[in-house]
Amino acid sequence: MMQEAPPLLSARGVTKFYEGIPGCRDVSFEVWPGEVLGIVGESGSGKTTVLNCISARLEPTSGTVEYATRHDGPADIYRMSEPARRLLMRTDWGFVHQNPREGLRMGVSAGANIGERLMAVGARHYGNIRQAANDWLDKVEMDTGRMDDLPITFSGGMQQRLQIARNLVTAPRIVFMDEPTGNLDVSVQARLLDLLRGLVTDLGLAAVIVTHDLAVARLLSHRLLVMRRGKVVESGLTDQVLDDPQHPYSQLLVSSVIHP
Amino acid sequence: MAEDGYNFAYLDEQTKRMIRRAILKAVAIPGYQVPFGSREMPLPFGWGTGGIQVTASIIGPDDTLKVIDQGADDTVNAVSIRKFFARTAGVATTEQTEAATIVQTRHRIPETPLGAGQILVYQVPIPEPLRWLEPREAETRKMHALEEYGVMHVRLYEDIARFGHIATSYDYPVRVNGRYLMRPSPIPKFDNPKMDRSPALQLFGAGREKRIYAIPPHTQVRSLDFDDHPFEVQKWADVCAVCGSGESFLDEIVTDDRGGRMFVCSDTDYCARRREAGHTGPATRDAETGGA
Ligand SMILES: Nc1ncnc2c1ncn2[C@@H]1O[C@H](COP(=O)(O)OP(=O)(O)OP(=O)(O)O)[C@@H](O)[C@H]1O
Ligand SMILES: [Mg+2]
Repeated sequence: MMQEAPPLLSARGVTKFYEGIPGCRDVSFEVWPGEVLGIVGESGSGKTTVLNCISARLEPTSGTVEYATRHDGPADIYRMSEPARRLLMRTDWGFVHQNPREGLRMGVSAGANIGERLMAVGARHYGNIRQAANDWLDKVEMDTGRMDDLPITFSGGMQQRLQIARNLVTAPRIVFMDEPTGNLDVSVQARLLDLLRGLVTDLGLAAVIVTHDLAVARLLSHRLLVMRRGKVVESGLTDQVLDDPQHPYSQLLVSSVIHP
Repeated sequence: MAEDGYNFAYLDEQTKRMIRRAILKAVAIPGYQVPFGSREMPLPFGWGTGGIQVTASIIGPDDTLKVIDQGADDTVNAVSIRKFFARTAGVATTEQTEAATIVQTRHRIPETPLGAGQILVYQVPIPEPLRWLEPREAETRKMHALEEYGVMHVRLYEDIARFGHIATSYDYPVRVNGRYLMRPSPIPKFDNPKMDRSPALQLFGAGREKRIYAIPPHTQVRSLDFDDHPFEVQKWADVCAVCGSGESFLDEIVTDDRGGRMFVCSDTDYCARRREAGHTGPATRDAETGGA
């Protein structure tokens, strides 16, 4: 049913060499509207490289990345004009970093962090911006009374919630996440994952989520790519891949997880 | 006459031509920061070497120069710069705003409106308005090129969230000609409206950061704000204690060690001229009645 609409994003033969060192090789996949794609694999397997390549943050050495723009249909994200690409990145896309310091403006309040994207696209009514910030704090289950506090005063889990709110305020269609729960305690992680799952479902968001944690992948993603040494070794529906892995490396990866 | 041993106005002609080219480019692209090869000047950077180089490049023997610092003609900084040009260019100097063809300033725009043919030269410490949020020069240049200025409002938002109003009161950011975002140098926002559509040419020189920018005559200059928090200038409950002006920018002056204080015009020329014209303020009136 999902496959009837064109893919939101398609990567074809994406290859990235870092001065001769392969980061990822010949990676191809699609992300459909509303779909959550997980990318798993051991450290150094190329997950972050792929994520950065498909989110216009790192131009691949070869291969293409196409995104279905709202007005002009599919467009190569590295061939479109820079203003168009930058606008896309701060409106239609979101990016949630593992380290909140990279994704938040630490010197300004939570409200300003959430309002920034709105102001970047022309919002000029303080009261409205504040209302939106208030609504989003509420949606990510944060205390709206802390709107004027600096991110530094928040816990790690709250900082991640703030990062999510700050991205979602412009109603993006796809969010890229690199180990969004990586720095958190297990219990905090679980609550954040619940929140993320709820938001993704409610908003019909597409997401690409990089994680080395198979439990995270199972909880959030519909489909999974397994990476090893820069290559995708297996892909498929999450449950299929995790319950019945075909590739020897996937089998090893799944079996090495200690089941509770 | 200029003193021997110096080229006219200190800088050599080749340097002046280079700076004039930068100025011409700056005038052609209002608000755009043009890089230039800033020279060593016989004054430390904090003394306005950017403004001095601009003035040196545009001044001619027939010009009359006024130099102000925080509105005053008689501070050490203003006096030194005025002497510098009197010595190296032999030009006439003045304290009267309307008698000057060039006004070099640090931190104020004169109260007396500037007219066509006059040039206001600002000394600029930090030219880049986006620097507070983006330390990378390549990135700020890109933001200017793509007019990505929305984040500038984040700062104003933060002001309102914290203080209930836009508390930024100096170096208040403006859009020039509907295009470039510009720092007006640390003038009070009280002076911002004077930049808008001024018949005078306004030139800005940043020595340490090697940038020149300009507002050509009659150019629109808009101060950033929010629809529901419009731009406002400083207001005082008092008038100037000396000349009674209720329209000028006032400095608070402590008059004794028992907490006595009064407000006086920061623009010394404006205030003195009003006194000459017979205006009085609370302090001068008291003195006169007390003496009678
Ligand atoms: N900036 C870089 N310069 C050189 N090599 C790099 C760079 N970034 C990544 N690499 C290399 O590319 C390969 C893939 O790295 P990448 O960061 O994409 O892996 P990852 O799967 O995200 O790992 P992790 O789980 O540790 O975050 C690794 O061999 C890595 O050393
Ligand atoms: Mg990584």
